[in-house]
Amino acid sequence: MGRDPLIRLRGIEFSYPGREVLKGLDFALWRGDRVGITGPNGSGKTTLLHIMMGLLKPQAGEVEVFGQQRRQESDFKEVRRKVGLLFQDPDDQLFCPTVAEDVAFGPLNLGKKHPEAWKIVRETLRAVGLEGFEGRLTHTLSGGEKRLASLASVLAMGPEVLLLDEPTAGLDEETTERVLRVLAESDLTYLIVTHDKEVLSRATDVVYRLNAGRLHRLNP
Amino acid sequence: MDEVFAEGLSPIHRLDPRVKVVIAAAFSVVVALAEDFAVLLLAIPFPLVLIALARLNPKAVLKRLLVVNTFVLFLWFLIPLGFRGGELLSLGVLNLSKEGVIWCLRITLKSNAIVLGSIALLSTTPIFSLVHAMRHLRMPDKLVHLLFFCFRYVHVIEREYGRLLKAMKVRAFEPRSDLHTYRSYAYLVGTLLLKSSDRSRRVYQAMICRGFEGKYWVLDHFSLRRGDVVAFSLMAAWVLWLGVLQWGGIR
Repeated sequence: MGRDPLIRLRGIEFSYPGREVLKGLDFALWRGDRVGITGPNGSGKTTLLHIMMGLLKPQAGEVEVFGQQRRQESDFKEVRRKVGLLFQDPDDQLFCPTVAEDVAFGPLNLGKKHPEAWKIVRETLRAVGLEGFEGRLTHTLSGGEKRLASLASVLAMGPEVLLLDEPTAGLDEETTERVLRVLAESDLTYLIVTHDKEVLSRATDVVYRLNAGRLHRLNP
Repeated sequence: MDEVFAEGLSPIHRLDPRVKVVIAAAFSVVVALAEDFAVLLLAIPFPLVLIALARLNPKAVLKRLLVVNTFVLFLWFLIPLGFRGGELLSLGVLNLSKEGVIWCLRITLKSNAIVLGSIALLSTTPIFSLVHAMRHLRMPDKLVHLLFFCFRYVHVIEREYGRLLKAMKVRAFEPRSDLHTYRSYAYLVGTLLLKSSDRSRRVYQAMICRGFEGKYWVLDHFSLRRGDVVAFSLMAAWVLWLGVLQWGGIR
């Protein structure tokens, strides 16, 4: 396990009807890595994250997570329990009436008992700075609060790896700062897709640029 | 689409959702099948008492009834004229049938009683608890999912619709009776379909990323308290009484 990367992609090819997006892409994410991926709109950054989670199936190439080949839907069930994906649009992620229920959705799916789930809800909300938001209705939250709540809903599952799809897009400075602080305080391995130069320089050690279907390392 | 009645601290809100689902189902079946006017008239106060106990906003309740009764109104136009038997009134070719009027009256009472019953018992329960209660009552998973996703995505579609309509309005769209208007509405519906299907796919993806495997879990668990048992017995007795009046052959 120690010698294998947490996530490894080999020769990934993916195209949407009439558009080739990924062309023989290779990538490896090791434990403790803090990686940033940037690149033009439509270059396939979100697609890449969705392939890692098994939401999209590449036409060619290998997806290896936690040292194992992942091919079918059933292979990815374990992946989704240990890898958290923060969606680009928090509205896609929040679907329960209250914040507490949404944050508890993942832990309950993982089989946590109720007192434990409540404890996780309170702790996670405190960690993202949404203390006391338990009973708030998700659809009445502001954009920044929605983002933090969806981040909490992913963190609540206790993931080993975090994949973040433009986590700071459209956020004000204060909320961006909060997201960065949550990441800094966690000892998670993570991968951020973003256009935000400040996020790249402050929260990541390695930056890749996705262009013409492959990843190109930017900094040494 | 908002769960306007779901939040509250009244005894009705705090009642075990399983009790509410069972009683609502039993009440609806009895009322739907009952034909005796005495039974139907005695059925109406049942939900009214519950609504009073739940302290629901009477205006909001009336607003819901208005929607139902708009449909019922159409029946009043059609059925008495289309029915044969016992002419009440003859206006040339039009015959107002007594049988028809009686049927309409019955339908009006039944639909109002059932809608009031659902408002009192089901609308006072958050959708998640309803879904959970249905699971506890061993209802088929597929049925439960269908209900949940209907609720979930109708909500999403409504919001998407509002957003698109605003986007049209800010570009000075005003509905008129011309081709441009019809075409724009057609585009609106088309876009709505595409966007909704896209979004529902993403919502589902986000759900499976958080370990969703076809089962819903609820944060607040149910436990049957003494109050629930008492309330269940009282409500079940009322529904049973309606049933006995109708089919018991006592009268």
